[in-house]
Amino acid sequence: MSVPVLQVTDLTKKFGGFVALNQVSLHLGRGERLGLIGPNGSGKTTMINCISGALINDEGSILFEDREIRTLPAYKRACLGIARSFQIPRPFKSMTVLENLCVPLDYAAWDRIDHRHVHDQAMDILRTIGIADRADEISADLTQVDLRKLELARAMAAKPTLLISDEAMAGLSHSEVDEILEILLALNERGVAVIMIEHIMRAVMQFSHRIIVLDAGRKIAEGTPDEIVQNPDVERAYLGE
Amino acid sequence: MKTRNRTFLVGSAVVFLAGLLFTGVADNEFYFFTSYVVLQAVVMATAWNILGGFTGYVNFGSAGFFAVGAYVSIALNKAFGLPLPFLILAAAVMSGLMGLAAGCLTLRLKGVYFAIATLAMAIVCETIVINWEYVGGASGAYILTPEDSLFFDSYIEMLFMVILSIAIGSAAVARYLSTSRIGQGLAAIRDDEIAAECNGVPTLKLKLISATVMGAMMGAAGAPYPFFVTYVDPASAFNLLIAINAIAMPMIGGTATWLGPIIGGLVVGGAQEFITVTISSEMNLLVVGVMLVGFITLAPKGIVGLFQDYLKKRRTR
Repeated sequence: MSVPVLQVTDLTKKFGGFVALNQVSLHLGRGERLGLIGPNGSGKTTMINCISGALINDEGSILFEDREIRTLPAYKRACLGIARSFQIPRPFKSMTVLENLCVPLDYAAWDRIDHRHVHDQAMDILRTIGIADRADEISADLTQVDLRKLELARAMAAKPTLLISDEAMAGLSHSEVDEILEILLALNERGVAVIMIEHIMRAVMQFSHRIIVLDAGRKIAEGTPDEIVQNPDVERAYLGE
Repeated sequence: MKTRNRTFLVGSAVVFLAGLLFTGVADNEFYFFTSYVVLQAVVMATAWNILGGFTGYVNFGSAGFFAVGAYVSIALNKAFGLPLPFLILAAAVMSGLMGLAAGCLTLRLKGVYFAIATLAMAIVCETIVINWEYVGGASGAYILTPEDSLFFDSYIEMLFMVILSIAIGSAAVARYLSTSRIGQGLAAIRDDEIAAECNGVPTLKLKLISATVMGAMMGAAGAPYPFFVTYVDPASAFNLLIAINAIAMPMIGGTATWLGPIIGGLVVGGAQEFITVTISSEMNLLVVGVMLVGFITLAPKGIVGLFQDYLKKRRTR
């Protein structure tokens, strides 16, 4: 079997006395699509903060392509190939859409790209995502759905092997959710492994090969979408006894 | 890009030569005193803008970095009688280190809290200097102007060329920082530090570079100051007005580009000098205040921003 892209083992994160994540393990194969779900406060965002380096976990190991990254700062992890999008879009507001993409191209992906045609590469990504016509607009002026697309475009510009999408679809309409799903699937087809955090069940079920369910900082279930739907523990976590 | 570099190089050379010509032609020393003050303001504004404008960390402690430069210069001059270029270098190193320390503060402090911490840093330095007898303590230090003024007619003409050179050097550094890959990273930090880090920008490293360069530039501006005024005391060297001017000038000129603080420094510094002579020396403070309020409410992107908007409108028409 080939080396997994991501191998998290017994990850624990505490905030003071509160245990946000308790010995959670997960692994992700190359090009795999993993759904991460759970009720509010179950530790999903803490999990990806630990993986992307925004937080440092207290215990456990995080292997990215067989390399321990637990102590690396976030920017180094980005340079290795871990990209994330934010739940609430965080564009570089003073820059145009195109310039927003040049930041990850010039930093995260710097060691892996041809430095001569950065603008062309950024335009290519914008075309793939479908916001090429917005390239010269200041990113602060974008609509909500375009901001989500920009988040994904910027993540893509980091040339990742692992993309973590944190609720990229929250608050979007039915058709907009489909648009974002298509983008994520297209990204995945290029060989990028994706972890999707989402509350929109339709999207997660449709997208994921495999789903992990967190509740109160523990992993309570793991399996294919069909198995998860029928799992009594998951039902209890979401709906109560 | 390359033609732009050439334009900048030629422009700098022209400014420098014009300065040299000025020293040859003008007889009235007053012009050099005035120009010195304005150019010092340009350097301070350019320096402030590297951390405040490019990186987004507002610094109220400019007077501290400036005064540390001035006092390093006083101390080394008294101890070893070093020539001015060495004093400037030493002052830049010392204030640069202080900038590095301020950069470390950005690890934990942002926004208003960072601004207050820098102000506190300046006050700590002032207290140290007040208690440092070697450089005159609270009563200040007198500097004897050296008799040797190279091939210039007077010492002030030489000082004028020194500060002009520092100003050109500062502009070159600021321009390099803003147009390079570093500048792009700094802009990303200013817009959203967390997003910047997640896009591979080494935020801490860039913030430290930015703060160090800012400090070094302010120290360099402070080093010749004792020779200019010939008497320095802590109250004047650490004066809050220096810090306020250093903030107001980039704001008025425009913080987004390297050119903004230069224009702001020339306009505001020039206006201050003009008003000091024609109306009263107290009036010039009022002018900065009124201009600052006016620009922040009516043209938050400063003079350069106004000009860019005008160009954009003309192009779309």
